Amino acid sequence: MNPLFPFEWIVATRFMREGRMQTLLIIGGVALGVSVIVFISALISGLQSNLFRRTLDFQAQIVILPPEEIARPLRGLNYQKANKQESVLVQARAQRLRSIDQWQKVRDQLLLMKNVTVVAPVVSGAGFVIRADANRAITLTGIEPENYLRLIALKDKIIAGSANVTSSDILVGIELAKDMGVSMGDKLTLRTASGGTATLMISGIFDFGNKGQNQRAVYVAFRTAQSLLNLAGGASSLEVNVADPFSAENIAQDIQAQTGLKVESWIATNAQFFSALAAQSMSNTIIRFFVGLTAALGIASVLVVSVVQKSKEIGLLRATGTSRQQVLRIFLLQGALMGLMGSIVGSLMGWGFLMLWRGIAKNADGTPLFVINFDPMLFLYAALGATLVGTLAAMFPALRAARLDPAVAIRG
Amino acid sequence: MAEYDDAITLRLEGIRKAYGVGTPAETEVLHGIDLILKRGEFAALIGPSGSGKSTLLNIIGLLDQPNQGKLFITGQSTELLKDIELTRLRASEIGFIFQFHNLLPAFTALENVMLPRLAELGHPNEEMRLIAAELIEKVGLTPWKEHKSNDLSGGQQQRVAIARALVMNPALVLADEPTGNLDTKSADSVFDLMREMNKTNGTTFLIVTHDPRLAQRCDRIIEMVDGNIASDKENLNVLKIGDNNTHIS
Ligand SMILES: Nc1ncnc2c1ncn2[C@@H]1O[C@H](COP(=O)(O)OP(=O)(O)OP(=O)(O)O)[C@@H](O)[C@H]1O
Ligand SMILES: [Mg+2]
Repeated sequence: MNPLFPFEWIVATRFMREGRMQTLLIIGGVALGVSVIVFISALISGLQSNLFRRTLDFQAQIVILPPEEIARPLRGLNYQKANKQESVLVQARAQRLRSIDQWQKVRDQLLLMKNVTVVAPVVSGAGFVIRADANRAITLTGIEPENYLRLIALKDKIIAGSANVTSSDILVGIELAKDMGVSMGDKLTLRTASGGTATLMISGIFDFGNKGQNQRAVYVAFRTAQSLLNLAGGASSLEVNVADPFSAENIAQDIQAQTGLKVESWIATNAQFFSALAAQSMSNTIIRFFVGLTAALGIASVLVVSVVQKSKEIGLLRATGTSRQQVLRIFLLQGALMGLMGSIVGSLMGWGFLMLWRGIAKNADGTPLFVINFDPMLFLYAALGATLVGTLAAMFPALRAARLDPAVAIRG
Repeated sequence: MAEYDDAITLRLEGIRKAYGVGTPAETEVLHGIDLILKRGEFAALIGPSGSGKSTLLNIIGLLDQPNQGKLFITGQSTELLKDIELTRLRASEIGFIFQFHNLLPAFTALENVMLPRLAELGHPNEEMRLIAAELIEKVGLTPWKEHKSNDLSGGQQQRVAIARALVMNPALVLADEPTGNLDTKSADSVFDLMREMNKTNGTTFLIVTHDPRLAQRCDRIIEMVDGNIASDKENLNVLKIGDNNTHIS
């Protein structure tokens, strides 16, 4: 007996070792449950962070636009309700390209807000690229590279040239370059609906891993876009990143309240994606709950049986000076230890499954299908959670053991 | 052993015990027991099956509560004690020896003897190991001290139980048919051992036995019949240790 261990620990571990088969089976059961939780949690969080990255790679977290020009109905709302038959025709006005009023002031105001990490002014609009007979519709985005390149991962997506556009440069996607039959250093003519035309040199080619983006997106310098889109000195939007992407919606609402501008967060524009995430998290929670419940029931039933089997020994302990509280702790400790040991074995098993899965789930080129998020804290939480569940599950059997009448227990 | 002036280990006054109180099956099994055990006494409790011997022993050992009456152990009233105080008093003043299941099979002989001290202190130490080893030596089981209790014979297990009953140096040892499960030879030697411990330590013993031959070797014989003490007398011709062949009934 190790003098470092308390009495309750010594008795609890001896009892567990004595019921070796029961103990091993329940630890195996808890381990299986924990391994499922570890595996699924790592998989889901890996999946989610992959999706985040793919979304936020080419999208700012918050986009600020000029206020919409509102088309007013001819009659009031009350009137509409009263006379349902009479439909009121309201045609949304076509939104023309406008600048944010005094965008520099708004930008400076945004930069003072805490959490805001990047503010990049952008001029964007529709246009065509033309070369010989070929032309393609594109979305033109004018950027200040020093700000914009901190906003999205454009720099990482460049496969040729550089993302630092100057006033005579243009960045095109890999699909557009293929369609137009152009490559680095070639010239392309750009024309917009407002009549602006410029011939620019291809200084970089990017690949967003998304065909639509690679066909349509075109980047030029901020001033070049201003003149092409007839928006001298203006910015059609301000794009913002914040420290925590998940707080983007709240911050967007703050900005809207402060500036009166139209503000959209990536959370609002990807609402469907987020509701899918929420459903995923919910199902993960449900799985955890039921695995926890199953483990608790298993531990409780093993201990209930153990209390019955050991009632004479419990009576003997009580007769020889062991208090009710000590008996209680002996059984609570067994539950806690079963949970803890199950979670340790289960974490290792879950880790093994993940490694196995990583070996199996691969892209055609051999790279992992998605990066698995491997948060060591998950193991800590699993251990704490399982220990807690084990202790709670042991509560009922432990109370039974503590309340045993020693005279009856010994008489048997 | 605690010191006390009047040299009275145990005093019972009007102990009554009924089972199934408040139900139609209510039966009183102890009808007002008065009893005094003096320090160092070696007393036998005899009587027919169902006469209430075990019930009385459990009440004296604070494992069970009487419905009426008073119980003093080494002069201390147990009337108003809470469960935890009863546990402490039991741990320090009373040693138990039962007929069956005396030992925890998950522990060695030595560890079983240590258990009461371990429960009291909360963690093991060298001192309790030495005390237990000394008692194991006294009951003649030193070669067996590291064996799990299931490896021991019935007589050896009872010897371990005697050592454990004495490890807290209690005022009173209560033994409920300690030899009931043993062959004659083992029973005699276990009995002799208790007698020896009583002589050398001055510990008071109250021993329930069905064996008149063993009862005759006690200083005092208390007989219970139907929940009353029917007779209680000094045994004037106590048989000596080793007088195994004489049979008096
Ligand atoms: N928990 C209980 N509930 C109801 N009746 C009980 C209970 N314990 C004992 N009794 C009854 O009390 C009476 C005395 O029992 P006790 O065990 O004290 O007798 P005993 O003298 O020890 O008998 P034995 O020699 O067979 O051990 C018996 O009639 C028994 O049936
Ligand atoms: Mg009995």
